[in-house]
Amino acid sequence: MAIENRSGNKRRRASIPPWLRGIGSTLFTVLITMVGLLFVTFIIGRVMPIDPVLAIVGESASRATYDAAYQELGLDKPLLVQFFIFLLDIAQGNFGESLLTARPVSQDLLRVFPATFELATVGTFFGVLLGVPLGVFAAVKRGSWLDHIARVVALIGYSMPVFWIGLIGLLVFYGKLGWIGGPGRLDIFYVDMVPTITGMILVDSLLMGDMDIFRNAISHIVLPAALLAYYSLAYISRMTRSFMLEQLDQEYIVTAQVKGLSANAVIWRHAFGNVKVPLVTVIALSYAALLEGSVLTETIFSWPGIGSYITTALLSADMNAVLGGTVVVGLVFVCLNIFSDLLYKFFDPRAK
Amino acid sequence: MNIFKNLLLSATAVALLATANPIYAKTPANMLVIANRIDDITTLDPAQSFEFAGSDLIRNVYGKLVNFDPADLSKGYGPDLAESWTVSEDGKTITFKMRPGVKFHSGNPVTAKDAVFSLQRAVKLNKTPAFILTQFGFSVENADQAIKLIDDMTFSITTDEKYATSFVMNCLTSTIGGIVDSKAVLTHEKDGDMGNDWLKTNSAGSGAYILVNWKPNESYTLKANPDFYQGAPQMKKVIVRHIMESATQRLLLEKGDIDLARNLNPQDITAIKKKSDLAVYDDLRGRIMYISMNQKDPNLAKPKVVKALKYLIDYKGMQDSFLKGQYKVHQAFLPRTYLGEIDDKPYSFDVAKAKALLKEAGVADGFELKINVREAQERIEIAQSLQNTFGQAGIKVTLEVGTGKQTLAVYRAREHQIYVGAWGPDYPDPNTNAGTFAYNPDNSDEIKATGLLAYRNAWYLPEMSKATKAAVKEGDRDKRAAMYQAIQREHQERAPFAIMFQKIEQTGMRANVKGLNTGGAITAVSYWPITK
Repeated sequence: MAIENRSGNKRRRASIPPWLRGIGSTLFTVLITMVGLLFVTFIIGRVMPIDPVLAIVGESASRATYDAAYQELGLDKPLLVQFFIFLLDIAQGNFGESLLTARPVSQDLLRVFPATFELATVGTFFGVLLGVPLGVFAAVKRGSWLDHIARVVALIGYSMPVFWIGLIGLLVFYGKLGWIGGPGRLDIFYVDMVPTITGMILVDSLLMGDMDIFRNAISHIVLPAALLAYYSLAYISRMTRSFMLEQLDQEYIVTAQVKGLSANAVIWRHAFGNVKVPLVTVIALSYAALLEGSVLTETIFSWPGIGSYITTALLSADMNAVLGGTVVVGLVFVCLNIFSDLLYKFFDPRAK
Repeated sequence: MNIFKNLLLSATAVALLATANPIYAKTPANMLVIANRIDDITTLDPAQSFEFAGSDLIRNVYGKLVNFDPADLSKGYGPDLAESWTVSEDGKTITFKMRPGVKFHSGNPVTAKDAVFSLQRAVKLNKTPAFILTQFGFSVENADQAIKLIDDMTFSITTDEKYATSFVMNCLTSTIGGIVDSKAVLTHEKDGDMGNDWLKTNSAGSGAYILVNWKPNESYTLKANPDFYQGAPQMKKVIVRHIMESATQRLLLEKGDIDLARNLNPQDITAIKKKSDLAVYDDLRGRIMYISMNQKDPNLAKPKVVKALKYLIDYKGMQDSFLKGQYKVHQAFLPRTYLGEIDDKPYSFDVAKAKALLKEAGVADGFELKINVREAQERIEIAQSLQNTFGQAGIKVTLEVGTGKQTLAVYRAREHQIYVGAWGPDYPDPNTNAGTFAYNPDNSDEIKATGLLAYRNAWYLPEMSKATKAAVKEGDRDKRAAMYQAIQREHQERAPFAIMFQKIEQTGMRANVKGLNTGGAITAVSYWPITK
């Protein structure tokens, strides 16, 4: 019987198409990663020295009020039971209600994530747009002034405190020159004039066909996005330069040059063609870091994104919001990983 | 390369569009724009809200039975939605007559039925601030009998014993006293929650402003109520934006993008004072800073040691250095602007006097002390200053810095020696502080009255507790004020509390803003008298 069963199992496994097995294994990895992430966050949330009950009832509450709130939050149950209840809720899309906003956390996340997504996407777009060519040219002109500039730019990008550079940027471009809008996503005059369709004001204003609001939104996003783009550019250009240098030293480049190919073809088609694959990971990581929410940038520019949402929640012991935000950030990382895997297959013929 | 070229062109176009955008320099004349930290708002239900920013919003959206007039807070409470009231002979029943002709934002008339519903609702929901009402003996069980409708425009409340009318009335001016539109609220009732869930994010008031929306941690918008019974406010729209950083608030104020900046640090305030188109509005708030000495400690139980330590605090030095512009020296447990306030400052930094007192107490060579302090910048700086000045009289201090939870646990368990604390009043009546700083009729460990500060410091004060209790029942307002003044003077003399400072709030504003009142220590900001 055992042999029959075993062979039966084999037949069934063989009948599963490879693509389906691939999806199954990816989903399984995602599931394990997410449960692990949730478990770690949940445990940290429970052991950290912030009292969620005190956050609700206040310092002067009586013991009875405190105990009632303690039980209401389910904190009297064993830790594992609390975790399983939490997992069951998440599985039903229920992150609970935020202490701070008195709304479902899922509703809050739908409001704050598009703000971060919009900012991070614009930031990464310009980071890639400028960072990749800068890295390529720095590698090609190794040791030249362009290379030195690229390296200094990257160094400054790594070492400048975002808080300082953000405030200086605001002071100069908004305070002194008046070229851009101030903190926030829109001028006060436009507040409440944009209906939420995607939650991204640039997109929503275009969908409404309101160019005034679109321009105003650009004037507000330009500086924080430039700041993020700069940090992203610093990382991307440095990595691009290093990948390119590795390729330019390879023999096939010399062969291509000897064959008489133009410099552009050697650089962009041959060398850069091989750099694209590792670069995808670099860009995905950089993008994911921005999507996690740049807390300081969001704070300086009063940008109501997920970074400041999670930080405020953490400082106020709003654990439902912290855990909900962590799930979203975790999902972002997982999705970007899957996406970069797909891009690998697209760029690298061996992976096909 | 073509793609790259196209992308570069698009980027340039976007940059040009951005710079071509008209950036407005001033807020419109009929709109008030405020930068404030509003991330503490967790609900907009008056029966539940217990935070500063929430009180600001609710004060402007909801009418109350009695209220403070922003034109003169020192007058005390006066009629608002209740036009008049009478007190029964036994002092337990107050009968209110409602103001005729007032409407809620929905258009429904404000009646006694709404007032009864609102007060009963607040008691029955029993949320955090409910104690402000239940301290008068109202409970879930007796609310229907104790808060009774008489006719459309009249109702009464009956307390469990006689309390000073001013005590009851002061409590009704707090946020929980907001009168809600019973019809509108009941339309949104869910599972018997009396509309609590709906009111968390919506409003049903009759105040000067109507809530347009609240985006948590982002902004809230109010529009003027054209039917406000005191006359439509001049500011047709009020927008409060959540801006965390002082520097950012200052920049917005200087550019004219906001009219008021509520959370500026002392450096930014100094800079603003130098600008002719800007001004600074100072107000005293209710928060006080104190240190307390556990009477279970044998050294601290000696009255002369307690007094010596009060002389070893450099009040002025701290006020003029790291607390500059944020706190003012204040040595009584009632904040200034409260009924019964005193401004006596019997203590100043005097090492010689402190040494003499320590010698009389038999500890001339000093002793060792531990100060428990929460990891908050200003409190740590105060503790460090105490460490230095106590040291000058031979008292060796070690600081135990902990999180709020850790420090408070030690304090509540009465295991500290000295605690650096801050206290904010819960409602605008002197009993809010007297009832905790000067009340502890039973000091036994078993009773665990950890809500009382006197208890937390194991200070048994039967006589003063009686006086505090008597002040709560005194019907005559002036006599009552005098009673609190006497209690505070005795408290200053012998309590193991050294009250040190009262919070100052400095608001930066455009010079054209007139009529601002941020509410002092007793209430919240009023937007309706503001003009530009």
